[in-house]
Amino acid sequence: MKTKKVVSQIYLWLVLAVLYAPIIFIAIFSFTQAKSLGNWTGFTLDLYKSLFTGATSGSQALMEALKNTLFIALVASLVSTVLGTLAAIGIFNMRGRWKKSIQFLNNVPMLNPDIITGVSLFLLFVFLGVSKGYTTIILSHITFCTPYVVLNVMPKLVQMNPNIYDAALDLGANPFQAMLKVIIPQLKTGMLSGFILAFTMSLDDFAVTYFTAGSSGIDTLSTFIYADVRKGGLTPELKPMMTIIFLLILVVLLFVNLRAVKNTKKS
Amino acid sequence: MEQKDVIIRLEHISHSFGEKKVLEDINLYIKKGEFITFLGPSGCGKTTLLRLIAGFLSPDEGIITLEGKDISALPPYKRPLNTVFQRYALFPHLDVYDNVAFALKLQKLPVDEINARVQKVLKLVSMTDYEDRNVESLSGGQQQRIAIARAIVNQPKVLLLDEPLSALDLKMRKDMQIELKEMHKKLGITFIYVTHDQEEALTLSDTIVVLNDGRIQQIGTPTDIYNEPQNAFVADFIGDSNLLDGTMIRDGKVRFAGHDFDCVDSGFGENTPVDVVVRPEDIYIMNNTDAAQFTAVVKSCIFKGVHYEMYVDSDAGYELVIQDYNAFEVGSEVGLIIKPADIQVMHKERLCNTFEGEMTSATSVLFMDAEFDCLDCGLQKGDKVKVEVDFDKIDLLDDSHESDVEAHIRNLLYKGDHYHLEVKTAEGYTFFVNTNDVWDRNDLVGINILPEDIRLSKLENE
Amino acid sequence: MNKKAYWALPYSIFLVLFVVLPLLLIAVYALRDSSGAFTLSNIAAFFTDPKIVNPFLVSLEVALENTAICILVGYPVAYILADKSLNRSAVTALLFILPMWINALMRTIATAEIFAAMGIGLGKGTLLFGMAYDYLPFMIYPIYTVLSKMDRSYIEAAQDLGANPVQVFFKVTLPLSMPGVMSGVMMVFMPTVSTFAISEILTNNTIQLFGTIIQENFNNLMWNQGAALSFVMLIIIGLTTLIPGNKNEN
Repeated sequence: MKTKKVVSQIYLWLVLAVLYAPIIFIAIFSFTQAKSLGNWTGFTLDLYKSLFTGATSGSQALMEALKNTLFIALVASLVSTVLGTLAAIGIFNMRGRWKKSIQFLNNVPMLNPDIITGVSLFLLFVFLGVSKGYTTIILSHITFCTPYVVLNVMPKLVQMNPNIYDAALDLGANPFQAMLKVIIPQLKTGMLSGFILAFTMSLDDFAVTYFTAGSSGIDTLSTFIYADVRKGGLTPELKPMMTIIFLLILVVLLFVNLRAVKNTKKS
Repeated sequence: MEQKDVIIRLEHISHSFGEKKVLEDINLYIKKGEFITFLGPSGCGKTTLLRLIAGFLSPDEGIITLEGKDISALPPYKRPLNTVFQRYALFPHLDVYDNVAFALKLQKLPVDEINARVQKVLKLVSMTDYEDRNVESLSGGQQQRIAIARAIVNQPKVLLLDEPLSALDLKMRKDMQIELKEMHKKLGITFIYVTHDQEEALTLSDTIVVLNDGRIQQIGTPTDIYNEPQNAFVADFIGDSNLLDGTMIRDGKVRFAGHDFDCVDSGFGENTPVDVVVRPEDIYIMNNTDAAQFTAVVKSCIFKGVHYEMYVDSDAGYELVIQDYNAFEVGSEVGLIIKPADIQVMHKERLCNTFEGEMTSATSVLFMDAEFDCLDCGLQKGDKVKVEVDFDKIDLLDDSHESDVEAHIRNLLYKGDHYHLEVKTAEGYTFFVNTNDVWDRNDLVGINILPEDIRLSKLENE
Repeated sequence: MNKKAYWALPYSIFLVLFVVLPLLLIAVYALRDSSGAFTLSNIAAFFTDPKIVNPFLVSLEVALENTAICILVGYPVAYILADKSLNRSAVTALLFILPMWINALMRTIATAEIFAAMGIGLGKGTLLFGMAYDYLPFMIYPIYTVLSKMDRSYIEAAQDLGANPVQVFFKVTLPLSMPGVMSGVMMVFMPTVSTFAISEILTNNTIQLFGTIIQENFNNLMWNQGAALSFVMLIIIGLTTLIPGNKNEN
């Protein structure tokens, strides 16, 4: 039993080590000046400085891309959360063929590879004659983000005591109040995890943005990096930026989890 | 006959879910301050009826009045009624205090008043000091109390309770029954209670409304319902009973279980088929067979705490259940006596299956959406006919594929020597079958009817 | 129908506009030439043009291999993570998802750089490694979810009936976790076929996957050809998800 545990722990950490190697690699080489990764030319914080001061045109463009990424992700995931929650409540109250078709359509963006979603939306905007820009990118992100919200809110609706809404009406709440004071609080956790997932998917997206940004000149981190690769050299400030992002996320996740552990222990 | 003390009146209420009719022409009045119970098996429409009164559903037909005013179109949040829900439906994100104060806060009452009223009802349900507790950390019984407190804090004119005790264990249920009864007395408001538990209904209610298949079967006090059931369904559903086919020979004389008995019923006519109910505790059992009206052999004898429950086979081949304080040995011959006042005679609701049909040829007829062979009795294709089939002439088949009709057993009554089954086809036709075979509720069956057992008579076209 | 069903109306309209219509447009463009006339030649090119067929077959091969690697590496991870006697911390499970928050292209570049630093030439091997690296969490997560929700009493029942640990695994645990494996496969296989940037970085564009071909068609303004290839992929996805997958959806 004990050897089994040791072996499995070793295995886990081995896989983790491989998974994290590139990230650690990036982090290490964020502290040196060299242009390319893997070339150590002595410890320095220059890249961090230049990232925040915008000393180079590359770092300015990079900051711009980061802002775009966050802006698009925030707007898309917020809209998705509202749209998806409404949709989940609607779907939950449907019966029969309509319910099935909408649930099926909701699955389509999740089943489709990014490139298909990207290409199809590219053709849509061409067809509609819409010029590409923030609007097209955000609409596209909403398209692939909302299904995750629906999927996260749905189980909360299923778990919910079906009489809760009626109970609120019974106690004098009008439908709007019942929704606000009783239903939304029940769905809160599902909406939150849907929002986080949507935000993540949007942050990480490359293919859909690539096809729907067109020649608008709007870059997100993904398209910025891809353009860098095509040009044959990474903007050096990417390394400190990725390192900071990683550390931030690590801290947030650990904090959230430690709190969750504490809470479960309390009750 | 508008009575002053009537608080709720239902007139010609019908309701359907899609194609399925769940309530049909319900007429009912509820008196101020009474404890009234809707009783029936699951799917009988009792909860739908309650939800219509609460306002979560609106009736397809008919009106509901509260103190003389039509409230049929009023949304639930404007009705001065409150509900205790099945499985409580407490708001899990609010603590005990906020659950109870929910309605008062919506009305934006002053904090002091809210406080005072919440304290008052929590005291009434003996849940003081639980204000800050998370509702999900409470036991079932405690949640139940909070659900009641939440429903009465707004001082409703009527309290609706939808199977409120069904999630509790037996002991807790008994305790809560007593408390509910006391609470009803203390509050002095009307309680409308829904349950499938006949014992609970008999214990709690001033008035019981027995429902089955969307129709009211009987309305009465618990003693009325128990002692004088109006039909076989009520007799079977309420309490234990021996339910038998009988014949009313003349006033005061009824034949069942192979013997003639004196009874107190009259007005049925002569030689009329009837249903007869005798409660198990109303059959006198003794070792002496000479003085008995008829005899039987004891088949089984089980101690039930206060009494013994015995199944006996009567001399004419009927199985009867008897409750007595004394045990009788299995296999022994016993004498039985039934007193005239203990025999409840009821009109039969039906004597044979009757369908409307149409001839599809001289020797085949269409009814229940299926074609059956019949004997040639001079009718022609296209003739509209009345089809009659006796209960015992319909064969039920295990394999529904062998028959044009696919049906489910909906209900079964044991009649001492055979089962009386209510069967419903996939197309929604209901028919009745007498059989000695053992079937279970919800069994899927096919049917077979011999040509000579189909009686046809031509309907006149008008 | 319940009134609240109408709450799904905005999203239903959205779905029609941004999911149904775009997919129809793929079909429309696929069946037209650049002048707008109906043609099947774009579709036919998929079967006849070696510049398309070959990358497609290579993509299938890579996707199959990548999926297999992800199952072989990922299943044990999911199994260990879900087994409370082997792993007690929920944080460990989280560590496997965390890398997904770092931009995938960035990680891929770093992987390529590590290979370069180690003197390993870019090619099929590095492509498979990088792909597995990118998609492993997508395999681990669904299997982990199914395994950790699985009722322990099945395993106990199997043991009670005389199954040894190996038999328990192959006769009970594995079959019951198949839904997780299937959704993992769905999340790995098709996306692998259609990746473009990642394969470029990891092979210096020496191995072109199907996604790259589609992308190049669009980059070179050959929308109709690109749409036709997307259309073929859609059909394949439709076939793989609709036919066997229906039962697993719940």
